[in-house]
Amino acid sequence: MATAREVVFAGTDGGALTDIGAYEAAGGFQALAKARAMAPDDVIEELNASQLRGRGGAFFPTGRKWSFVPKPEQLAKPHYLVVNADESEPGTFKDREIMQRVPFRFLEGCLIAAHAIQSMHVFVYIRGEYEQEFEVLRDSLEAMRAKRLLGDVTIVIHRGAGAYICGEETALLESLEGRRGQPRTKPPFPAIAGLYAAPTAVNNVESITTATSVLELGGEAYAKLGVENSTGTRVFSLSGNVVNGGNYELPHGFPLKELIFDVGGGIAGGRTLKAVIPGGSSTVVLTAEEVERATLDFDSLTSLGTAIGSAAVIAIDDRCCMVQLGIRVSQFYEHESCGKCTPCRVGTRWLTQVLQKIEDGRGAQADLDLLLDVCDRILGKCLCPLGDSDAIAVASYVDKFRDEFQAHIDHGGCPLGGSSSLEGILAPVATHAHAGHGHDEPDHAEHEAVHA
Amino acid sequence: MTTETGLYDRIQEIRARYPDSLSAVMPALQLAQVEHGGWLPPEAFREVADALDLTPAYCLSIASFYDMFRLEPVGDTVVEVCTNISCGLEGAQQVVEAFEQELDLHAGETSEDGRFTLRTVECIGGCGWATVVAVNNRHRLHVKTSDVPALVAELRGETAEGDDGDGS
Repeated sequence: MATAREVVFAGTDGGALTDIGAYEAAGGFQALAKARAMAPDDVIEELNASQLRGRGGAFFPTGRKWSFVPKPEQLAKPHYLVVNADESEPGTFKDREIMQRVPFRFLEGCLIAAHAIQSMHVFVYIRGEYEQEFEVLRDSLEAMRAKRLLGDVTIVIHRGAGAYICGEETALLESLEGRRGQPRTKPPFPAIAGLYAAPTAVNNVESITTATSVLELGGEAYAKLGVENSTGTRVFSLSGNVVNGGNYELPHGFPLKELIFDVGGGIAGGRTLKAVIPGGSSTVVLTAEEVERATLDFDSLTSLGTAIGSAAVIAIDDRCCMVQLGIRVSQFYEHESCGKCTPCRVGTRWLTQVLQKIEDGRGAQADLDLLLDVCDRILGKCLCPLGDSDAIAVASYVDKFRDEFQAHIDHGGCPLGGSSSLEGILAPVATHAHAGHGHDEPDHAEHEAVHA
Repeated sequence: MTTETGLYDRIQEIRARYPDSLSAVMPALQLAQVEHGGWLPPEAFREVADALDLTPAYCLSIASFYDMFRLEPVGDTVVEVCTNISCGLEGAQQVVEAFEQELDLHAGETSEDGRFTLRTVECIGGCGWATVVAVNNRHRLHVKTSDVPALVAELRGETAEGDDGDGS
């Protein structure tokens, strides 16, 4: 395992490269010099050769995304690079560590990307909760300014204020423009009409940081890492019931089982693995049996009906009630729905309510079908994938752990009888609904019947 | 504490960073929130609106959308426990209950003396280091139930020594 080659975290030796001198000594800013000596299109070609695909969750080819941005002579408006550092998908905490440990490699990538799309203006939208990471970026940027590395480019670090939806690129742009973070209709796509209705590339922190490495190594050399259709390395966020949670940079194609049992030290307390969420809370759950076959790349996870998403792997042991997991996931999406599209705003709430009814032992046989029906009424019917995320996750729990859902109905309650690891977990949305009453168990599902 | 003109001037500085001044509304509200002791009273919206040529109602419509803007007073020390799935699987609820006991508060409440606010929050991005607890936005990792009494004692000591700002 120790043979894994680091690209994003190269040269850190497990620590942080936050001193600009140390970063330069480790070869820092040479990729930028190389890129600036190249024509913008040639930089994009290098990215195309690397086959780097977006690390935020959508896995869209980075070079192709940049090539969609019109040339300044085609569209004479300012061009913008917006970096999505609003990492908020439950299970995901990689961008945070990238910004903390290799801030200069990240900011160097911003300048390379700006050169490629011929932009003079970079905005880094960092989630408000990442205060320490903001400070690292601010100080690093200051150090780069002092060395006049920015050239004519301005980089503004813009802090979010707590809204998961702003990780969706058009909601992020709305928020950056000073509005409520509600997604826009597409088209037009941001490449044509993004920030201030001008051509904009929106990229994830890890994608941008990796772009630095691609320029350094050369696109073809980078493409030799990883596997077909999923080149390069990935920073996997491992969490849940494992001994050693944390971020691990590994090549794509790494076996999921080895990530959990070798790298992650296995399941804590000698318990048994029950399920794994492979790519952040919005992805289809895998059973322990499926984990045996899965490798961490696009093709393998797609063939298992799920997705690599944000590469956030959450291991779940046998103490977890899957109905409770569904409730907690659904409460999150209910809380974070921006409210613009009715199927999402109402549907996420319904899912929470029906699941709660089943968990409380008041579920009827028809409620299982009702759950799937509500999922179906959300999927693909909104402007952005937030509601879909809830529906995909919940439907997969029902689908793969149907016996457990059935047992709740047959036995009039949770078969784990209060011993589930998520028992009584208090979501913020539940305290909002009962302001002033603390954590008294909510029973609002009783009073607000679901009319399907 | 800075005077009101100080806030106005600082908002103008922020405003100059953006091609469109509307973009400055969020950073301006963030500044105003720090100025006002961690929340946004009605006058904060007037101040930000004046500085950016907006209406207070517009500023409120922004603040009400984002979780980190607070429309009610909060304690000097805000303790936020993540209860999303990764932290939840690792026992976050027991950590919440330990804080409830030590602080004598329910989650969502502020103590009567105004020293502490306890909340549960959605994922704050420390999943592999569960349970994550944010204390005035600084993250404590791997917090276990058994750590809570000492942590609360530490925080009580800090706040008793007099306040040295808003943790930023």
